[in-house]
Amino acid sequence: MSRFLAFLRKEFYHIFRDPRTRIILFGIPIAQLMLFGYVMTNEVRNVKVAIVDHSKDDLSKRLSQQLLSSGFFQLAAIPSSESDYESLFRSGKVKEIVVFEPDFAINLIKEGKANIQVLADASEPNAAQLTVNYTTAIVNNFVKNELMKNQVLPGINIKVRMLFNENMRDAYNFIPGLIAVILMLISAMMTAITIAREKEMGTMEILLASPLKPIQIILGKVVPYMILSIVSALVVLALGMLVFNVPVIGSFALLLAEILLYIFLALTLGILISTFVDSQLTAMAISGFVLMLPSILLSGFIFPVKNMPIPLQIVANLMPPRWFIEINRTVMLKGGGLNEIWPNTLVLMGMSALFIFISIRKFKIRLQ
Amino acid sequence: MITKEPVITVKNMVKKFGSFVANDNLSFEVYKGEIFGFLGANGAGKTTAIRILCGLSSPTSGQMNVAGFDVYRQTEKIKQNIGYMSQKFSLYEDLTVYENIRFYGGVYGMNIADRKARTTEMLDRLELTAYKNRKIGDLPLGWKQKLAFSIAILHNPKIVFLDEPTGGVDPITRRQFWNLIYEAVEKGITVFVTTHYMDEAEYCDRVSIMADGRIVALDTPEKLKEQYNAANMDEVFLKIAR
Repeated sequence: MSRFLAFLRKEFYHIFRDPRTRIILFGIPIAQLMLFGYVMTNEVRNVKVAIVDHSKDDLSKRLSQQLLSSGFFQLAAIPSSESDYESLFRSGKVKEIVVFEPDFAINLIKEGKANIQVLADASEPNAAQLTVNYTTAIVNNFVKNELMKNQVLPGINIKVRMLFNENMRDAYNFIPGLIAVILMLISAMMTAITIAREKEMGTMEILLASPLKPIQIILGKVVPYMILSIVSALVVLALGMLVFNVPVIGSFALLLAEILLYIFLALTLGILISTFVDSQLTAMAISGFVLMLPSILLSGFIFPVKNMPIPLQIVANLMPPRWFIEINRTVMLKGGGLNEIWPNTLVLMGMSALFIFISIRKFKIRLQ
Repeated sequence: MITKEPVITVKNMVKKFGSFVANDNLSFEVYKGEIFGFLGANGAGKTTAIRILCGLSSPTSGQMNVAGFDVYRQTEKIKQNIGYMSQKFSLYEDLTVYENIRFYGGVYGMNIADRKARTTEMLDRLELTAYKNRKIGDLPLGWKQKLAFSIAILHNPKIVFLDEPTGGVDPITRRQFWNLIYEAVEKGITVFVTTHYMDEAEYCDRVSIMADGRIVALDTPEKLKEQYNAANMDEVFLKIAR
C-alpha cells in the first residue's frame, strides 16, 4: 500500500507541475462551458433590428413597441430610405428590418388585411430563420390579443408545449452533453497521455522492473485522473444547475452512478489507447481525433443521431458519449430511471469490459 | 570480493520472436560480487537477455535463476532483489532530486528511517546535497546518470542490471560512473552491465561477447586478449565480430 501511495504522490506532482496538463484539466472545461453557455447560443436575444414605419399610426406604433419590448429585439437603426437597407445589412448593424406599409391601420381595419415586410440577413441562415420566426410569433400574438379580443373566429388553434424544456433553453442541451465531452477529455485523453509519457521517457521499463505489479502501475496512473474527473463532473453539474438552471428531475444518485460508470469507461479507453502508442504526441493526436471530434459531432450532442445517414449512425453508435448523453438527458430532463436507461447502461458496461479485455491481451503480448 | 557462488544461473536460454531467434541457447553463470560485462553489437540480443533476467519479458525456454529465484515463477521476488537502469534515462525530469529518491524508495518498500539515512549518505557522496530540491531536468546529464545509478541501488539489491548506462556521457563522467560501480561492488552488489565501449570492458571482471543471439566468448579480459592475441578489448571484439 505504501508503494502505491508513493506512486500516487508522484502522479499528483506530474499533474500539478505540467502546464499542458493544467490547461487540459482546468482550462478546457471552463472554456467549453463559457463557449457553449454564452457564445454558441441558438437563442434569440437582443437581435439588432431596424424598424421602418411608413404609416406611423397607433397600431403600427404599438406593434413596434411590442417587438422591442419583447427582449428579443433591440432597435439599432431607423433607416430613412430603402437605399440604406443594404448597407445596414452589409455592415452588420442590423440583422433584420421590419417595414410597415403606408396606411397600415386603415388597411387592417377597412380591408381586414395589412402588410408588414420582414427582411432578414440570411448569410447566417439558422439565425435568420429563428429571428423571423420570433417576429412572426409576436405579430400573430399582437393580432390575436389586440384586434380580435372580442371576436370569435373559426380556425384551428395550435397549442404547443415543448415538453422537458418548455422554454427551449440551450443549457438543457449542452450541460448533459458537455459533461460527456469533458469527462472523455480528462479521463481518456489524460490517461492515454500520462501512460504514453512513461513509455516515451523510458520510466515505464523501470516501473515494470520494480516490485510494483502492473495492476498497481495502471491503478496509480488511473486513480488521480478518476478523482479529477469526478471533481470536474461535479463542478460542471453544479454550474449547470446553479448558473444555467438545468434541473435534475430524476434520481441524483442514479445520475452519479452513471457518471461513475462513464468515467470508468473513459479510463479504460484511455488505457487501451496507451497500449497502442509510444509517444505523448501520438496519444494526444489519437485522443483528439478519435475521441474529441466524434464525441462532439457524432454523439448527438449537437446533431441528432437519428438524422444522420445510416453509415454515420453506425459510427455514432460506437461512440461511448452517444449512449451517455442519452442517459444524462433522460435522467436530468425527463426524470427517467433505470427502466428507461438500462440498455444504454449495458452498452457502457459492455464497452468497458471490451476495452479492458483488449488492453490486457495487448499488455501480455508486449511482455512476451 | 569474487566468490564462485553463482547469483545468476542461465541454462539453455532461448527467446524467439516469431521465427526470429533473439537469444539462441545462452548458458552462463554470474558470480556473487563480480562485474559481469555483457558485450555485443547492436541487435546481438543483449537487451533481450537482460529484460528476461529482470522479469520484463518471458523466455521461450531454458532454466534461469536470478538472486536465488526462478525466472518463470518468482519474478516478483526477483524484482525486489534487483536494481535496473535502462538505456533511456529513467528519472522524472519534473520531480526534484529528493522527490525522485523518495519515489523509488517508496516503490521498493523501504522503510522511512532507512531511506532517509541512505538518501543523506548518497547525496553526500554524489555532492548533490545542495541540489536536492532542484528539478532533475535542470541538472547536467552526467549528474543525472550518476544519480540514476545511485537510485537503482538505493534499496541495496543483490544484483544491479545496467543496460548501456554510460551512453552519451563524456569520458570523465564515465570514469566517475565506474568509480560508483566499484563502490557498489565493495558493498557486495553484483553488477551485470552491457556496454558499447570497449575500454569499459577492461573494467569488468569477466566479459561475455554476443553475436547473432549467441555467446561467442566468455572469460576475463586478460584471458580473452591472450586467446585472441590482441592488445586490447577493442581488437578482441573486432576479431570476434569478423
